[in-house]
Amino acid sequence: MAGAAQARITLLGLVLLLVLAAPAAPAWAQEGGEGPSDDEVNAIAEGLYCPVCENIPLDVCGTQACIQWRDTIREKLAAGWTEEEIKNYFVEQYGDRVLATPPARGLNLLVYILPPVAILVGAFVLLRAFRSWRSAAPITPEASPTLDDDQDPYVARLEEELRRRT
Amino acid sequence: MIANLGYFSLVLTFGVALYAAGAAAYGARRSAPIWVESARRAMLLTFPLLTLSCAAIIYLLVTGAYQIEYVASVTSEAMPTYLKVTALWGGQAGSLVFWSWLMAAFTSAVGLRRWDRDRDLLPWVVVASMITLAFFLSLVIFFENPFTRLWQTADGRQLTAMFQPAGTLPLVPVDGQGLNPLLRHIGMVIHPPLLYLGFVSFVIPYAFALAALVSGRSDDRWIRITRRWSLVAWLFLSLGLILGGRWAYDVLGWGGYWGWDPVEIAAFMPWLTGTAFLHSVMIQEKRGIMKHWNMLLIILTYDLVIFGTFLTRSGVLSSVHAFAQSAIGPMFFIFIGITFLTSLALLIYRWGELRRENQLDSLLSREALFLLNNLLFIGILVVCFWGVIFPLISELFTGQKVTVGPEFYERATGPLWAGLLVLMGVAPLSAYGRSSWQTLGRLLWRPAAASLLVPLGLLLQGVRQPAAVLGYWLAALVGLVTLYEFWRAAVARRRRHSENLPVALWRLIGRNRRRYGGYVIHLGIVLMALGILGIELFQAQTQGTLARGEQLTLGPYTMVYESLTQFDTPDDRNVARAVVSIYRGGTYLGDLYPRRDFYYLSQQPMTIPGVRSSLEDDFYVLLVGWEPIAQAGATFRVYHNPLVNFVWLGGLIFIFGTGVAAWPETEPAAARRAVRTQRAAAAQA
Repeated sequence: MAGAAQARITLLGLVLLLVLAAPAAPAWAQEGGEGPSDDEVNAIAEGLYCPVCENIPLDVCGTQACIQWRDTIREKLAAGWTEEEIKNYFVEQYGDRVLATPPARGLNLLVYILPPVAILVGAFVLLRAFRSWRSAAPITPEASPTLDDDQDPYVARLEEELRRRT
Repeated sequence: MIANLGYFSLVLTFGVALYAAGAAAYGARRSAPIWVESARRAMLLTFPLLTLSCAAIIYLLVTGAYQIEYVASVTSEAMPTYLKVTALWGGQAGSLVFWSWLMAAFTSAVGLRRWDRDRDLLPWVVVASMITLAFFLSLVIFFENPFTRLWQTADGRQLTAMFQPAGTLPLVPVDGQGLNPLLRHIGMVIHPPLLYLGFVSFVIPYAFALAALVSGRSDDRWIRITRRWSLVAWLFLSLGLILGGRWAYDVLGWGGYWGWDPVEIAAFMPWLTGTAFLHSVMIQEKRGIMKHWNMLLIILTYDLVIFGTFLTRSGVLSSVHAFAQSAIGPMFFIFIGITFLTSLALLIYRWGELRRENQLDSLLSREALFLLNNLLFIGILVVCFWGVIFPLISELFTGQKVTVGPEFYERATGPLWAGLLVLMGVAPLSAYGRSSWQTLGRLLWRPAAASLLVPLGLLLQGVRQPAAVLGYWLAALVGLVTLYEFWRAAVARRRRHSENLPVALWRLIGRNRRRYGGYVIHLGIVLMALGILGIELFQAQTQGTLARGEQLTLGPYTMVYESLTQFDTPDDRNVARAVVSIYRGGTYLGDLYPRRDFYYLSQQPMTIPGVRSSLEDDFYVLLVGWEPIAQAGATFRVYHNPLVNFVWLGGLIFIFGTGVAAWPETEPAAARRAVRTQRAAAAQA
C-alpha cells in the first residue's frame, strides 16, 4: 500500500515537473536557435486542425490552445520524433478530426469513393442519353460537310444572326 | 415604441405574404383574375412593410437602444455610425430580416412588370416567391426576432422577451458588445448584401420555373423572362464570392483567399449550379432540348440558395464564417426538404409534356459540349456537397467527427477544373447542331499550336511541375481561342460591311452581348486561373523570430525588422504594430506595417497583414508574436504569393463581362423596324 502511495506521489511530482518545465521548453528552443525551426513546426502544423478552432489549420491559428499545440510539436521534434509519429500522437489524443483529411479506412472511404463514382455514373448516363438521342435522329447523308472557305458555315451563321438582329 | 412598430410590421408582412400565396392559388384554381390581382397587390405591399421594419432596426441600432437584445449584441458606443447601420446584417436576426427585405424588393419588381403575355404564370410566381418570403419571416418572428428586449426579474435573473413579462423591469445595458471585429471591414460590410442579392435573385427564375410547371407551359418562356434575373443573380453571387476572397486575404491573416471553408462552399454551390444553368438554358433556347435538365438545375440552385443561407446562419457546421448560431436548423432542413420534393414531384408530373423539339446530332456540337460542361460543374458540386456534409454523416454513424480540409477539395476538383478549361477552349469553336472533327480541327489547330508555346517556354525555364505546365497551357489555349473568336468574327464582319476593325468589333459585341460578354467572362477566368495556379503551385512561406535590425529573405524579397509599438485606441483596441522595411535586390522598396489588433470587449485578436503588391507577386507579412517587455524580438510569418493579383484583375474583367452580358438590350424596337422595312422591300420586289 505504502509503496503504491509513494509511487503515486512520485508520479505526481513528475507530472508537476513536466507541467512546470513545459513553458520553458519553447523559450529554450527559440533562444538556443538550435531547436527545430518555425518552418519545420509549421510544415507539420499545416496538416493538423485543433478540435476547437474548426476549419482553421493549426499553422495559422492564433488562439492560445493552438500556440500550445505548436509548442508540443516543437518539443516532439526536438525529441527526435518524426512527422508521422507526431501526427499519430495527436490522433490518439483527440481523434481523427485533427487530420486535414479523413484517414482512408472504414466509413471514411466513402469520402473518397462517392464523388468519382457519382461523376462516372453521370458520365455514363450522359453517354447513354447521347446514344439514344442520336439513334432517334433521322439519318442524314450530308452529315459530313465538305465546304470550301467561301461557304464557311461560321460566316453564314454570324451573318444570319446579325441579319436577324438588325 | 419603434421596436413594437417594427415587429408589428414584420407580423403584418408575414400575414400579407401568406394571404398573397393563398389568394393567388385560389384565383388560379377558380380562374378568378380578381383574386390573382389582389394577390399581386399584396405581394407589392410586402416591400414597403419590410422597409418599415428595416428602418426600425436601423433606427434602434443607430440610437443605441441597448434594451433590444440584437442592438446590444452587434453594436457598441465606440462604433462609427456607418458600421451601426450595416450591423443590420451583422448578426443572425437582422440579416434574416435584411434577406427578406431584398426578397420583397425583387418580388415587387417582378410584380410590377407587364404581365399581358404571361397571365397564366403570374399566380404561381406569386405563390412560390411569397411562400419563400413567408418562410424567412416565420424564422424571424418565431425564432430570431431582432426586436426582442432584455428584462430583469426581481431576483436579478435576465430574460429576453418581446413584451414585458410580469414582475420584471426593463434591463438597459450601458453599452453593447459591439460587432465582431472580423466583420468591421469594408469587404465584410459589402460582401453579405452582394451574396444575399445573388441568393435572392435566383429565387425569381425558380418561381417562374415552378409557375411554368404548374401551369403546364412547356415552352422556354420562363427562361426568356428570367434570363436577366439569372445573370444578375450570378453577377452578385460572383461579386460576393470575389469580395469575400479579398476580405479573407486582407483580414483573416493566413496568406490565402479561399480556404474551402464550409461557409465559403455554401455560397459557391449555388454559383456552380447557376453557372451550369446559364450555359444549359442557351441550349434550350437554341435547340429546344434539355427542358427537364434546366428545370432540375434551377430547382437545385434554389434549394442550394436556401441551404447556403442555412449553413451561414444555423451554426450546424460551425466555421470561421458561422458567426451566428441558433436553433433554426431543423426549420431550414424541413423547408428545403419540402420545396425540393414538391418541385421534383411537379417536374415528374409534367415530365411527358416537356418533350424535346430537336435531336442531338453530333457529339462535337456546341450543345453536346455544353452538356459535358454541366456534367463537370455538377461533379464539382458533388465533391463540395459531399465534403461539407460528410463530417456530419461521420458524426452521426460513428460518433467521430472528421475534418475535410482544402487538400480533399483541391485534389478532387482539380481534374474537373482542368476539364472545364479544355471545354472553354473547344466549345466556342464548335457549332450548334452538326459539328465534326474536321470542321472543329480546322478552326482549332491555329490557336492550339500557338498555345503550345506557353508550356514549351515553361519547360525551357525549368518548370517541371506537371500541374503547372498543363494548367498554364490550358489557360493559354482558352485565352487564345477566345481572342481568336473575337478576331475571326470582327474580320468576317469587316469584310462583309467594310467597317474598320475596331468598329466591327464594337458592333459585334453590341449585337450579341450575351455571347461576347460570355467570352469576356472566359478571359477573366483565364486571368484568374493564372493567379490561382500561381499561388497554389508556387507560394512560398517562412517564419522567423527577428531581433531589431535583423533580416529575413524569402523569394526575391528581403525584409528588415525595424521597430514595434503597442498602444490602445479609442475604440477599445490594443494594437501591436511592427515596422518592417522591404528590399529587393538591395533596393529599398518601402515599409510595411503588419499588426495585431486585440479587441478588449470581445477578447478577440485580429491579424492584419502588411502587403507589398505588384502584378508579379505579393510579399505578405504577418506579425505572429513579439516580446511584450523588451520589444526587441518579434516573430513574423511571411508569404511570397506569385501572380496572386491576377485573381483580382481577372475578377474585375469577369464582373465586367457579366455586366456586358446582362446589360439591357436597347435594340429590339429598332430591330423590329428593320425587319418590317426588309419585309416591305421584299414584298415590293
